[in-house]
Amino acid sequence: MTEAEQSMRKTARKLLEEKKVAMIIGYEKGTLPLRTTPCFISDTKEVDRLVWNATCANNLAKYIIDSKGKVGIIAKGCDARSIVTCIVEKQIDRENVFIIGLPCAGIIDRKKIETELDEQEILEAKINDDHIILKGENFERQFAVKSIIDDSCLSCKYRNPPIYDVLVGEKVPDSMGDDKFISASRNESKSDEERWELFTKELNKCIRCYACKNVCPLCYCNECFVDQNMPTWLGKTDNPSDTMVYHIIRILHTAGRCVDCGTCSRACPMGINLRALTQKMVKLVKELYGFDAGLSIEDVPPLATFKQDDPQEFIQ
Amino acid sequence: METIQKNDSEASSNESWQPKIVAFLCNWCSYAGADLAGVSRIQYPPNIRIIRVPCSGRVNPLFIIKTLQYGADGVLVSGCHPGDCHYISGNLIARRRFALLKKFLEYIGVEPGRLNFSWISAAEGEKFSKVVSEVVEKVKALGPATRLVKE
Ligand code: SF4
Ligand code: SF4
Ligand code: SF4
Ligand code: FES
Repeated sequence: MTEAEQSMRKTARKLLEEKKVAMIIGYEKGTLPLRTTPCFISDTKEVDRLVWNATCANNLAKYIIDSKGKVGIIAKGCDARSIVTCIVEKQIDRENVFIIGLPCAGIIDRKKIETELDEQEILEAKINDDHIILKGENFERQFAVKSIIDDSCLSCKYRNPPIYDVLVGEKVPDSMGDDKFISASRNESKSDEERWELFTKELNKCIRCYACKNVCPLCYCNECFVDQNMPTWLGKTDNPSDTMVYHIIRILHTAGRCVDCGTCSRACPMGINLRALTQKMVKLVKELYGFDAGLSIEDVPPLATFKQDDPQEFIQ
Repeated sequence: METIQKNDSEASSNESWQPKIVAFLCNWCSYAGADLAGVSRIQYPPNIRIIRVPCSGRVNPLFIIKTLQYGADGVLVSGCHPGDCHYISGNLIARRRFALLKKFLEYIGVEPGRLNFSWISAAEGEKFSKVVSEVVEKVKALGPATRLVKE
């Protein structure tokens, strides 16, 4: 067990014992190797289920909106920023959330490992501080955690939570060095035709399972537009045009709110590079309105406001 | 939702092909501007189908995308000039939404000319006619919409 994990459990136990929170939202070991799953602990005896390592990939802010009373939540940089977004959007009260901030060393990307292993099944995984050991039927491989870090972590600029009630562990450098908008910028130099081809090809893989919206902390609408039927905004079909429209609208709904945590991309069972799309929206909001989501609870959502001199060269 | 009826011939090479353009006009300015163009007998191409909305701020990006999905070759959204909105700032809030929609659609490869925005006041019948003519020319040059169209 790492030091950070140990002190995280200690903090959680103390909060529960002192009845400062009714529940802790954190991660526990998943049923498959290299997986963790969100867990909800309200009994001090259960605190040891909590884990903290490089496979804690979900954005836990997703679960804070439906929780009752005061809750404690484990938060990486991106989770903390999404919590800020939930506070700014008045989905939760700042007083009702106790943020246990954890400087993030980066989350590993299972897809990178699967490619390296040529899709061989992993039966056992052991994660140490800076490397992981994977065992399967006829192999044992060791990877430096650094070499399999998710792209969203490589370009993250806020690895330390910008807001917390207690910080567990030492702060880390804010960024790992990649350009913040690398995924979006890569496509920008291509022609209209090339980009259209790229996105249709990518989105044609989509099976409309909606995992991308179900894991995203921004998608808390009681009824999503995809489910509305008076009128039916979106055909419940596998028509490529409907799928495109789903993605375009979902991404527009993330404008000024998405923290580029990459959770939607990681959740996609078809391996679609959603970040090439979501990140573009983050970039546009930054370029046009100078806004980065989730940094301060005093923020005004950029799409709920305006400036007299907002760019309008596209309006005749 | 019904598909906007297509002309018999869809080929862009066909000289007789005429684009269909859906125009969302705000009730207080641009719609009145179109009206003025009408009563002043100012000519403009008959390619546009007008949908009157209370304010440009009423235009959900979903409306625009669905229009393209169901057979429009181009879209025009027009509202009051900044400062003139009947609801004070509906158009200024909408301006951010439209900017993001337009740039995002361009990013995924939808031709920029399909999406058009303008500010037209109730006194600008001439401008209305000019904007519509320009939009029609632009969309004619692009040919029939294919991207995003639901087959
Ligand atoms: S996609 Fe849009 S409508 Fe659907 S849940 Fe997310 S934010 Fe809400
Ligand atoms: S859209 Fe994706 S990257 Fe953005 S906040 Fe939601 S899950 Fe994270
Ligand atoms: S998670 Fe992937 S397959 Fe599922 S709806 Fe989203 S993009 Fe499509
Ligand atoms: S009333 Fe015309 S844009 Fe708001």
